[in-house]
Amino acid sequence: MSTTTTAHHEEHAEHPTGIMRWLTTTNHKDIGTMYLTFALIMFFVGGAMILAIRAELFQPGLQLLNPEFFNQLIGVHALIMIFAALMPAATGFANWMIPLQIGAPDMALPRLNNWGFWLLPPSAILLTLPFTLAMFGIGDGALATGWTFYPPLSIQGGIGVDFAIFAVHLLGISSVLGSINIIVTLFNMRAPGMTLMKMSLFCWGWLITAFLLVATIPVLAGAVTMLLTDRHFGTHFFDAAGGGDPVMFQHLFWFFGHPEVYILLLPVWGFIPQILETFSRKPMYGYKAQVYSFWAIGALSVVVWAHHFFTSGMPVPALLYFMYSTMAISLPLAVMFFCWIKTMWKGSMSFETPMLFTVGWIILFGIGGLTGLVLADVAADAQYHNSYFVVAHFHYTLFAGGIMGIMAGTYFWLPKMTGHMYNEKLGKLHFWLTAISFNLTFIPQFFLGLAGMPRRIPDYALQFAEFNMISSIAAFVLGLSQLIFVYNIVSCVKGGKKATDRVWEGAHGLEWTLPSPPPYHSFSEQPTVK
Amino acid sequence: MQVFKKIGLGLFAFLASLNAYAEYSWNFPEPVTPMALDTLHVHNKFMLITMAIFVVVLAIMIYSIFAHRKSKGYKAVADKAPSTAVEIFWTLVPFVILLLIDFVIMGIPAYHSVIMMEDTRDKATMVVKVTGSQWRWQYEYMDGDAKGIKFVSNLSTPKEQTDKGFDGKKDEQYLLEVDNRLVLPVGEKVRILMTATDVMHNWWVPQFGSSRLAVPGFIRETWVQVDKAGTYRGQCKELCGKGHGYMPVVVDAVPMNEFKVWVATKKEELAKADAGADKEWTKEELVATGKGVYDKNCAVCHQVSGAGLPPAFPALTGSKAVTSPIFGEDGKYLKDGHLDRVLNGIRVMPGWKALLNDTEIASVITYERNALGNSVGDVLQPAQVKAARQ
Repeated sequence: MSTTTTAHHEEHAEHPTGIMRWLTTTNHKDIGTMYLTFALIMFFVGGAMILAIRAELFQPGLQLLNPEFFNQLIGVHALIMIFAALMPAATGFANWMIPLQIGAPDMALPRLNNWGFWLLPPSAILLTLPFTLAMFGIGDGALATGWTFYPPLSIQGGIGVDFAIFAVHLLGISSVLGSINIIVTLFNMRAPGMTLMKMSLFCWGWLITAFLLVATIPVLAGAVTMLLTDRHFGTHFFDAAGGGDPVMFQHLFWFFGHPEVYILLLPVWGFIPQILETFSRKPMYGYKAQVYSFWAIGALSVVVWAHHFFTSGMPVPALLYFMYSTMAISLPLAVMFFCWIKTMWKGSMSFETPMLFTVGWIILFGIGGLTGLVLADVAADAQYHNSYFVVAHFHYTLFAGGIMGIMAGTYFWLPKMTGHMYNEKLGKLHFWLTAISFNLTFIPQFFLGLAGMPRRIPDYALQFAEFNMISSIAAFVLGLSQLIFVYNIVSCVKGGKKATDRVWEGAHGLEWTLPSPPPYHSFSEQPTVK
Repeated sequence: MQVFKKIGLGLFAFLASLNAYAEYSWNFPEPVTPMALDTLHVHNKFMLITMAIFVVVLAIMIYSIFAHRKSKGYKAVADKAPSTAVEIFWTLVPFVILLLIDFVIMGIPAYHSVIMMEDTRDKATMVVKVTGSQWRWQYEYMDGDAKGIKFVSNLSTPKEQTDKGFDGKKDEQYLLEVDNRLVLPVGEKVRILMTATDVMHNWWVPQFGSSRLAVPGFIRETWVQVDKAGTYRGQCKELCGKGHGYMPVVVDAVPMNEFKVWVATKKEELAKADAGADKEWTKEELVATGKGVYDKNCAVCHQVSGAGLPPAFPALTGSKAVTSPIFGEDGKYLKDGHLDRVLNGIRVMPGWKALLNDTEIASVITYERNALGNSVGDVLQPAQVKAARQ
């Protein structure tokens, strides 16, 4: 048996080089690297779009963009950041780390894994191609409805909507394939002795995320397909003149859209406690409580969708139900916050870059969560809804809670992945610049929203000028400081101080028992977990 | 660290200098309806609670960050799971506090607010229908003395100010001024019916605290009761296309006696406009009136020059619809002809049947056919439009 295994491995070792290595690879680490690289590139594409918007909003009046182009940028910015930056980044970590954390040689379905990744670049092209086509006089540019595709505006829209619908289909297929792979891997490839309740929290977070994706992506795909047939084949799902209802689209969209928030956050909630226990040098507090909280949040996330459109009109009992069920999400979240802080409490803490990002993440995500609690109130929501208050709120959850979490994870695992230490000074500089400029970008937006500035407007009344100016300046600082991140990653990949196997003094888990970087087939001998 | 200090000081000085001359608002604007007042109270209360939670949690964390450091030689102390009854009790306490905050302290007032917000009919003394269209609001009074008053409200900020590259002085109410304001009596509960003709819009005045989606093909409702006379401004807050930022709401709240005077004058005005539809107009009169109508309603897409913004918004100069005959041999207007387009619209273009009166439609069509580089030469009389509507 052992001889055949060795022969098998040697055969695999002769993998193609150059571009063919990446096109045909079925290796979880190669695919993970591709996901992460793709996410980083798209993070900058989406970022460049929002900087164009912030430049336009720097002062009242139209200076740079016309309103049509402005509307295209806001929607595509969101789609890229959510589907092409945050989700691939989380999937990249899943590919890299899940086999390492459960002691498996690779993912369960390697070919599917390859396909899942290679669907992403075409969909990114589909999303952005209409911009280029418009330059040559074909069509009138990209999707201009915001990322939510609300009809009838999306039925009225140009070819950009069709391109975005197909992009969403491809992205959806990619996500579902990735999720199936993760579920199958987690259920079948765990090392002997690793029961489900011994799995790392990151694996747990991803397991719930994967189930949510499999449950909700088909609803989104169905909704946008109905939109497509409304646009081109004479159906009337969302057209009142034919017996349809535009608000039904909002229900379908947010049935996907709300779980999507937790799809983006659960993987981060998974590795944040792992970073905390590492740098607090004591085991995490309340592992079971956190796993159960994941379940609770996963279950609640699919039954609260209508709080995204309280002002669309619905019966009073529905308003009350969605308000109270939304407030209930604060309970499992509070349990998690309690566990995070208890993990730090009486630890022996040190503050390397991943820990800095994690602590900053807890504070900023806390602001996002608490403003979310306020938003759940139906009456107050009539004021907050579609104002800049909401924009600020969801950037606290998705930029701070999502992207800054991903950054913490990047610094945490980069030495393991590359075998080199990153530059600690630059990492800390990156953190402080990001945290400060992020707050200066979005705190003014809370006040803009309260003062009555609607979102998605290309030009605004004079009373909003000062806050917008501060926000724009800070947004550029925020954008430019991400160049430090890229520089740090690239130089870490190229070389640097050798990382030890354990990397961090307080690291727990199977991934730290392998050399840095880990061998091509991770665990060639199955580890046993006691 | 010196660098950070410098950046921090610089930013602080920058913010302080802005504060010196800017009028900031840190909270909702002054509420003028019972609903807005309630919303403000709810908001303030919730903000205080969430801030208290935030500060307490942050304080515990920051204490730990400073006290439990490796660099200070602090040794980690392992956690135990709560095992005794006392420990379990103390673990459950935060949970109970949170339940209390969520569903009692916040939940009960929230319940009453929802009931009040949704009660659109009790004690309502009048009904106003608000219709959103790309990109203007239409108001119609549905009952009482004012019944039958109906008008369109357009952005009236001069176009050159909103154009790209304008760098002169902007009006004080830049983007927040309209030609025809909605007028409401003070102290009366007004039931508002909301609908739209093309895509979704949202009629929002921050000082009223109510906002409801206008859905094409459906009637949604909300209410306002303005308790203080004054002028209140707001904007559409549902993305509705390229003119989304350019459809403000302006409401004048006036005492009941002034409202009655306004109703009388408005009715007279509308009667005069109706009478105008029956007289014979000259080409010059029509073209002159038509230019005003065109610049206000059509120029946003087709541009002041008539050149349009192809491919989304076609040029009118030399356009087939504009230069071909309006009526067929049977005397009825031709499908896809000029009048058909204006009355009924096509794809992105809204139908103007309900938004403009006969004189306005006749004059704008005559204007388009005899200006903007076109010279068809014919004239469309308001009476013909009136006949065509039947």
